[in-house]
Amino acid sequence: MAPTRHTIVALVEDKPGVLNRVASLFRRRGFNIESIAVGHSELPQLSRMTIVVDGTVTSVEQVRKQLEKVVEMVKVSDITPDDIVARELALVKIKTTSATRGDIIEIVDIFRANIVDVALDSVTVEVTGDEEKVDSLINLLRNFGIKEIARTGRVAMTRGGTAPLAGE
Amino acid sequence: MKMTGAQILCEGLTREGVEVIFGFPGGVVLPLYDTLPHYPQLRHVLVRHEQGAAHAADGYARATGKVGVCLATSGPGATNLVTGIANAYLDSSPMVAITGQVARPLIGKDAFQEIDITGITLPITKHNYLVPDAASMARIVKEAFYLARTGRPGPVLIDVPRDVFVEQAEFHYPNQVKLPGYRPTLKGHPEQVKKAAKLLNEAQQPVLLAGRGIIISGACDELRYLAETAQIPVVTTLLGIGCFPESHALSYGMLGMHGMAYANLAINGADVILAIGMRFDDRATGKVAGFAPRAKIIHVDIDPAEIGKNVRVDIPIVGDARTVLKELNKLAAPAQHMDWVRQLDDWRKEHPSTVIRDCEELLPQYVIRQIYEVTQGRATIVTGVGQNQMWSAQHYFYERPNSLISSGGLGTMGFELPAAMGAKIGRPDEPVWCVAGDGGFQMTIQELATIVQEKAAVKIAIINNGYLGMVRQWQELFYGKRYVATPLTCPDFVRIAEAYCISALRVRQKAEVAPAIEQAMADPGPFLIDFMVAPEENVYPMVPPGASLVELVEDPGKAARVAPDSAKLPVSDM
Repeated sequence: MAPTRHTIVALVEDKPGVLNRVASLFRRRGFNIESIAVGHSELPQLSRMTIVVDGTVTSVEQVRKQLEKVVEMVKVSDITPDDIVARELALVKIKTTSATRGDIIEIVDIFRANIVDVALDSVTVEVTGDEEKVDSLINLLRNFGIKEIARTGRVAMTRGGTAPLAGE
Repeated sequence: MKMTGAQILCEGLTREGVEVIFGFPGGVVLPLYDTLPHYPQLRHVLVRHEQGAAHAADGYARATGKVGVCLATSGPGATNLVTGIANAYLDSSPMVAITGQVARPLIGKDAFQEIDITGITLPITKHNYLVPDAASMARIVKEAFYLARTGRPGPVLIDVPRDVFVEQAEFHYPNQVKLPGYRPTLKGHPEQVKKAAKLLNEAQQPVLLAGRGIIISGACDELRYLAETAQIPVVTTLLGIGCFPESHALSYGMLGMHGMAYANLAINGADVILAIGMRFDDRATGKVAGFAPRAKIIHVDIDPAEIGKNVRVDIPIVGDARTVLKELNKLAAPAQHMDWVRQLDDWRKEHPSTVIRDCEELLPQYVIRQIYEVTQGRATIVTGVGQNQMWSAQHYFYERPNSLISSGGLGTMGFELPAAMGAKIGRPDEPVWCVAGDGGFQMTIQELATIVQEKAAVKIAIINNGYLGMVRQWQELFYGKRYVATPLTCPDFVRIAEAYCISALRVRQKAEVAPAIEQAMADPGPFLIDFMVAPEENVYPMVPPGASLVELVEDPGKAARVAPDSAKLPVSDM
């Protein structure tokens, strides 16, 4: 069985050390975390994690079960087979001159990205989208000289009315 | 009512029914030790090394079914507990380990005796806590005991900063825990149970494969009912020993690397295996690809992560062993399986794994069997790890749950003496025998002082062969008899015992064995016997590492090999 990319979403109690427990589990079971994004959820005192990993279906299922054993883990779901919306945000700082600035703005517009900071010799672009969109924008901007990139990693949700992590 | 953190901790311990704490004091836990005399119902047992405290708490927990408690100071005290905590984790022993921590303002400053013990124990505890303030203490103690004893039991660590012990807070002990992420599944899915019953009822060659989960959940009666109703042979794991009386006609002993030949053959020949409260450890299964090739497997376990982890499972059932067995028993059809049982009995006759070779030499197996005879099978046997452990599993016959206490998952040499002490303190009226190797015994030998101070009348049998025996056996069989780092020069264990004021004997002859054991039993105090056994005796049957269960090798001095091609011993990692 070939490894494939999985998107796991998890609802955890907002307590010290939880991220450590989750990250440590992936390491112990031999998984490389492609990205992990953590933030507040719709419920007070609960955080939501989106974790992207590569693995076979059975090994990811084993990790999901091990994650469920973390006491502060309220719910965890592998939403890979579902119809999902997945987005990532990136900030990209690009070298500019008066000659290149116009071209950069044009590309940014096509991608519906935003310029969030301008200096004499640089602009900072904010882009949101799926990983492919972010990748292609970065590739185009590379020609101008990239000074810095910061990416959040994927956050994801299932489409439609279902909410695999909600309810009680 | 306002109390200090230390008082709240003690109040919590008493409310959780704790009677014994195995511990060792130090700087940051002094406020707690200063509070202990106000709680005379909490007996403190002063060990000589913190590893002993953790193993003793583990042995106590297995002997009593209660949560074992150990206590150590920060830094080295805490790290010395680690092996014992890991041992409890792998064998699902309920334990609460309490450690001191440097005061809150010093945390993260590499203060004297500061160590990140919650970080260190993260992968070897069911859960752990750094107590942030005295006001959280009651809730944390309540949760820790709840987590340790429910679901799949395990160790929980509570790390308490020094200033939290002395901080005052309002004391209120919660009636229940609030753990939204922790809800163990107890009841098996009814459809799955139905499917399992159907498969079992249609089976021609069924086997019940029982693990420690049967003992933990108290399902021995339910297991026996099912075995007798449907006449299904019972095979156990090492840690499952005692869940089904070994004198029972349907008991076929332990499976695995050093299991009974007929137990392994039964697994190999079975068409349906109902595995309950066990986790298909590699020492139990042998080569997974060759495990139970004909069988459909029903796996019942309270830990969903164990199901499908090591072997393919046809019918998974997540639930408590007792609860699931009760439901299953309602659907189990009475049956005979006469041909199958007869087949197993034939295998038992053809491959008499528990028969001991008759010879002049003092065989270790003979010593174990004599302990069985003299104690009439009523002792609790606590073993070390290696040959002594396997001989104890094979040649003593166990009738009651937890009558064999052994380090299964972690395989911790040095477990035997402190765990036996914990078991004896938990079951003071029953004979407790510590079966040790001459190697492992020296790893925690310092606890001899504790058993004397605590008047714990542990009887100690050292199976002294002058080697790290199991490692030597592997060197003999797989490393061309090159005995690297396995011969041992041992101290005079009899004089060691006497220095601790423990009566002791040395035994070299077969004829001396039974009288020595009788003398030990008659002595009201602890007693040590140094059995000088045949130095190069091997444990058989043996499934070579990397081989299937059916490729087992039997005692060359006793019987022919089972499989003709078993002479080719595949070697994998130990």
